[in-house]
Amino acid sequence: MTVKHHPSEALLLAYAAGHLGEGLSLLMATHLTYCPDCRAAVAEAEAVGGAVMEESAPVVMRDGALDALLGRLDAPAPEARRPAPPSVTRRRPASSPARAVQGGIALPAPLKSYVSDLAGARWQWVGPGVRQLDLMQRPRGRDTARMLRIAPGRVLPHHGHEGLELTVVLQGSFTDEQGRFTAGDLAEIDRDGSHQPIADSGEDCICIIGTDAPLRFSGWVPRMMAPMMGF
Amino acid sequence: MTSVAMDGEALAGMVRSIAEHRDQTAFVRLFEHFGPRIKGFLMRQGASDSEADDLAQDVMLTVWRKAGQFDPVKAAASTWIFTIARNRRIDVLRRERRPEPDANDPLLVGEPEPCAETQMSTAQIQVRIREAMATLPPEQVEVLTLSFFEDISHSDIADRLGIPLGTVKSRLRLAFRKVKALVGDEFA
Ligand SMILES: [Zn+2]
Repeated sequence: MTVKHHPSEALLLAYAAGHLGEGLSLLMATHLTYCPDCRAAVAEAEAVGGAVMEESAPVVMRDGALDALLGRLDAPAPEARRPAPPSVTRRRPASSPARAVQGGIALPAPLKSYVSDLAGARWQWVGPGVRQLDLMQRPRGRDTARMLRIAPGRVLPHHGHEGLELTVVLQGSFTDEQGRFTAGDLAEIDRDGSHQPIADSGEDCICIIGTDAPLRFSGWVPRMMAPMMGF
Repeated sequence: MTSVAMDGEALAGMVRSIAEHRDQTAFVRLFEHFGPRIKGFLMRQGASDSEADDLAQDVMLTVWRKAGQFDPVKAAASTWIFTIARNRRIDVLRRERRPEPDANDPLLVGEPEPCAETQMSTAQIQVRIREAMATLPPEQVEVLTLSFFEDISHSDIADRLGIPLGTVKSRLRLAFRKVKALVGDEFA
C-alpha cells in the first residue's frame, strides 16, 4: 500500500498535543496504521511536546503532595488504567487476527472497538448507492465519525462544514477536487472547504469520515438528504 | 555532549532505576523535576490549580507504576511523561478516548529499519529539538508553543493572535518542517 495523501503538519501537531476530539483522533489513528512516515512525525511532535512541557513555567505543587504520593506508591493499581470504555456498546473483546477480516475488509485495530461486526452491521440507506454506519452513537464531545459505503460511480452529496472534516479510505477509491484517494489516504477538508467525492473504482468505496462540527449541505437535493444522513 | 543531554540521560536513568529497583530516591528526584512542570503545563491548558495538581500527581503515580514500559530507545523521559499527561487529561477532564495505532496490529505498515550506526539517542534528539526551536523566528515559536499549551483550536489561536487561520497553519508548517530538518533523518 502506498499512501499518497497525508495530514497537514497542523493536524499532526494537534493529534500529538491531544487537542483533537475522539472522532478526528480515530481518523488519525487509522491513517497512522497505514503510514510509518506520519507515525514518525507524530513521535517527533510528541518530542516537541515533551520539550515544551519541560520548559513550561513550573507551578509549585500543593503542600504535602509528595508525601501523599509516596503513601500511594505501594497501593495496588486499579484494574482499569486503560482509557474509558468506548462510547459505542457494540464492543468486542480483543479479537484475534483471524477475526480481523469482517465483511470482506480487514479493519485496522483502532476501528475495531467501534465496529463489532461489519458483515452483520445494519447499514443505513443514505441515498442511491450510498450507505452509512454511525461509529459514535453516544458521542461525549462534538466529534462525529461514520463509515460510508459508496457504490462504484456514485457521488457523496455535496457538503460544506464549520469545522474540520477528515476522510480515510479503507477499500476502493474516490476522486474529489484534491485528487484520487486510495486505501490509507487521508483527505483533510478545512473549515469553509467543500468537496464532492465520487467512488471511481470497480468495487465499493469504503471509507470513514470524521468531523469536529456538524456538516452542512448545499443545493436542494443534498439539503433534503442532510436529515437522513444525520449530518 | 552538552549538559542538557546528560540531564536527559540522567532522567531516563531515574525511570529505569524505578523500573528495576523500585528506587524511591529516583522517584522523588523525578517528582521534583517534573511535578511542578506538569502542573504548570496543565494549567496553561486550562486546568484549575487543584485539577492540575491532582492530575500531575496521577501522572507521577503512573510513572512509578509503568516505569517498566518506558523504552528510552523510543522516547526521551520528558516525551514519555508528556504523553502520559496528555492521555490522563483527555481521560479525566474530557472523558473521551484517544484512539491510537496499535503496534501489534497485523495491518500496521512497518517502517524501514533505521540505520543503527547513525542513530542518535532520544536524549540527543531532545537536545537537537531544543536547539532547533531556539533558531526559529519568534512568530513560529509562538504558534508552535501555543499549539501545545492551549487546549484551543488553531482557529482560536488565529483569533487570539489576530492573524488569519491560513497564516497560523503556514507558520506551524514552517516551524515543524524546520525542526524536523534540523533534527535530521536520524529520528526514527
Ligand atoms: Zn501519512
